[in-house]
Amino acid sequence: MTVLQKKTDNPIAHLTAEDIEQLGVELDAIRQSVIEARGADDAAYIRRVIDAQRKLELGSRAVLLVSLFPPAWILGTAGLAVAKIIENMEIGHNVLHGQWDWMRDPKIHSTTWEWDHASPAEQWKHAHNELHHNYTNVIGKDNDLGYGIMRVDEDQPWVPAFLAQPLWNFLNACFFEYAIAAYDLELGRNLRSKKRRRSPEFRGLAKQVLAKVRKQMTKDYLLHPALSGPSFVTTLGANATANLIRNLWAHSVIMCGHFPEGVQTFERRSIEGETHGEWYLRQMLGSANISGSKAMHFMTGNLSHQIEHHLFPDLPSKRYAEIAPQVEALFDRYGLKYTTGSLPRQVASAWKKVIRLSLPNDFGRRRVAEVQTMRDARNEMAGAAAAA
Amino acid sequence: MIPLVGPTRRRQTLRHRLLRLAERATTPLLPADYLDLFHPLRPGADLRGRIIAIQPETADAATIVIQPGADWAGHVPGQYVRIGVDVDGVRQWRAYSLTHGPRADGHISVTVKAVPDGLVSSHLVRAARPGTLIHLEQAAGEFMLPTDGGRFLFVTAGSGITPVIGMLRNLFPVTDSGVVRLVRSAGYDIVVVHLAPSEPDSIFSAHLRELDAAGAIRLVAHYTDVHGSLDVDDLDELVPDLAERGTLACGPAGLLEALRRHHDRRNLTLRTEQFRAPRVAVGEGGTVTFGRSGTEVVADGATPILDAAESAGVLMPSGCRMGICYGCVLPLSSGSVRDLRTGEITTATPGETAGRGVPVQTCISAAAGTCELDH
Ligand SMILES: Cc1cc2nc3c(=O)[nH]c(=O)nc-3n(C[C@H](O)[C@H](O)[C@H](O)COP(=O)(O)OP(=O)(O)OC[C@H]3O[C@@H](n4cnc5c(N)ncnc54)[C@H](O)[C@@H]3O)c2cc1C
Ligand code: FES
Repeated sequence: MTVLQKKTDNPIAHLTAEDIEQLGVELDAIRQSVIEARGADDAAYIRRVIDAQRKLELGSRAVLLVSLFPPAWILGTAGLAVAKIIENMEIGHNVLHGQWDWMRDPKIHSTTWEWDHASPAEQWKHAHNELHHNYTNVIGKDNDLGYGIMRVDEDQPWVPAFLAQPLWNFLNACFFEYAIAAYDLELGRNLRSKKRRRSPEFRGLAKQVLAKVRKQMTKDYLLHPALSGPSFVTTLGANATANLIRNLWAHSVIMCGHFPEGVQTFERRSIEGETHGEWYLRQMLGSANISGSKAMHFMTGNLSHQIEHHLFPDLPSKRYAEIAPQVEALFDRYGLKYTTGSLPRQVASAWKKVIRLSLPNDFGRRRVAEVQTMRDARNEMAGAAAAA
Repeated sequence: MIPLVGPTRRRQTLRHRLLRLAERATTPLLPADYLDLFHPLRPGADLRGRIIAIQPETADAATIVIQPGADWAGHVPGQYVRIGVDVDGVRQWRAYSLTHGPRADGHISVTVKAVPDGLVSSHLVRAARPGTLIHLEQAAGEFMLPTDGGRFLFVTAGSGITPVIGMLRNLFPVTDSGVVRLVRSAGYDIVVVHLAPSEPDSIFSAHLRELDAAGAIRLVAHYTDVHGSLDVDDLDELVPDLAERGTLACGPAGLLEALRRHHDRRNLTLRTEQFRAPRVAVGEGGTVTFGRSGTEVVADGATPILDAAESAGVLMPSGCRMGICYGCVLPLSSGSVRDLRTGEITTATPGETAGRGVPVQTCISAAAGTCELDH
């Protein structure tokens, strides 16, 4: 993929500035309709999910007290993995987006919530809500795009270090929550220079992360194993496995959101003076959905409706499925591509891209590229002649 | 304080350690978050209550019987309780006077009149269901009788009868066998002047009549449809020994204002309870910024900052919502706000204002131009 602005077949060339503003107006109307409909059912839904998630976690941890017994290990680990996934995705991610702030319940509010994750809620909200959601898919601004360690675009110059990026991506997936905490801290950038390393601000934030990580680890790898007595080792293994499953799952879902083929990236310059409508348009082109069952949508925290989520990050997740047909119809009417696919397909597509970009652009395609360049040159000449 | 020694202290530190350990096992949540799933009314929990019954009183009023959480500390008759209920999924807090008398089951009650377009009152009277969990605060308020008896006049209008019924039920409980005369109530001589549009509209009219018939109180019921509207000067006639009584009044602002003038002229004492703050001063609004979260809220000059902020999803501290409890105070770090009752402007200038800012009551302050709160 190449940043949108450099594409020969620019997917928005057919839209006028008025079209884009009109698109914004229509999307605002969809948003307003959900805000007006929001009510007791939505509140009951999130409370039910939180209630069930907590009971599932308690139950699974109780079963793991006797994890020495293999069926208990399997059941407890599966339950805990599911509980952790729901806690991070359908609950944590969405509460921290402020999707439920309108209920004015101090127990379910973005400013008071803390989640089962290495990154402290406060830091994650800044990195995710303010940076990623505003600068979605803008190269060099959106850290979620390759997390600053991967080559995500043909235009990024290739260096041999990128050969290892499939491996990085895999490790990234395994330790996803810690990786996120590191990105939220901008660890790479901050460790590079002495001045940044020593800045009190960075140190304060790093301390918060370490404190959070210590608490998380004490819980999963010391306290609950210790409570299991003779099952210490097996419970520790169960908790580590549940965390690993949650990490792999979250990583896969999130990779599907902005990485599969068909998703556009943008140049830094392109967002200068961006209008409300253009912002919407960038979210539309920079996100991809996952199609599947209700259970799948739920387990992804409705991030399977990534397009709807990026358009309206603070609407209750439960409502995304409901507005998806309207949003898709809008894509159709404006001649835009609503990127979606099954989970296996989108995961494969994203991985394919990670692997392809780990190699130089012209790897195995040198001839094809040459033909393409000649064709481009000819078209350009023809274009120039026609213009003259 | 006497330092704790020996086993007591050891027990306390053990308890404390166990609690810390439990917190480590449940992090990032608290043990209470899990206990709440099973026992939301337990000791130590945030104060909540469960609606046990909703009993109609008139066509548009009902008594809500509530089982309070274990930590409910009781109340002095005449006080109110703040209740948080979810209406259309949104938590709303309102104050209601406690109306129950002594009860063996420990339940409490409030009596709500549905005001036209009233969000919470209509919900409680018409839509709420028994079994619903609600949120409570401990009882508060200064509207009460001295404990050592005396001669009193109550002047109540409409739903303003509720705190008074709370006091009367405690002085003169009614059982199946009639009104009970308690020793502690012997020292009270009470006249109730109650105003209502009509008798069927009047909450607790039967109860008041029963107390009157039993000689516990003297009731002067004044129904507008029968007696026309009441002039406060008529009180001198209706209650000839007015000057020997202390007056407690609860009703609309207009009535309380008139009573205040009437009593001031005669140098009589008056204690009042008001359900709603009169708002007079309206001006230009502005944008309110909440410094800590960075949230910006555009508010007009008639809307209290508290209401505007809550509508925008900001969690705000609050209390009576009418300027008396100071439960909503936040520091104004820059800009100006207008007091909706008086029109008075309060301004904070960064660099000149001490501390985090000038404390303002958000429930009765509206934005007067751009301003920022440290919250
Ligand atoms: C100390 C205290 C004790 C109270 N005790 C009781 C009680 O025992 N029983 C009871 O029914 N209420 C009582 N109230 C009033 C109660 O707290 C609410 O204000 C009332 O129920 C209206 O709330 P709402 O959400 O239904 O109306 P809102 O939706 O807040 O307001 C709707 C409309 O009604 C108007 N309005 C608001 N309050 C009143 C009112 N009291 N009378 C007439 N119009 C109003 C508003 O200006 C608005 O136009 C008490 C208030 C205080 C401060
Ligand atoms: S809420 Fe009581 S003074 Fe504002």
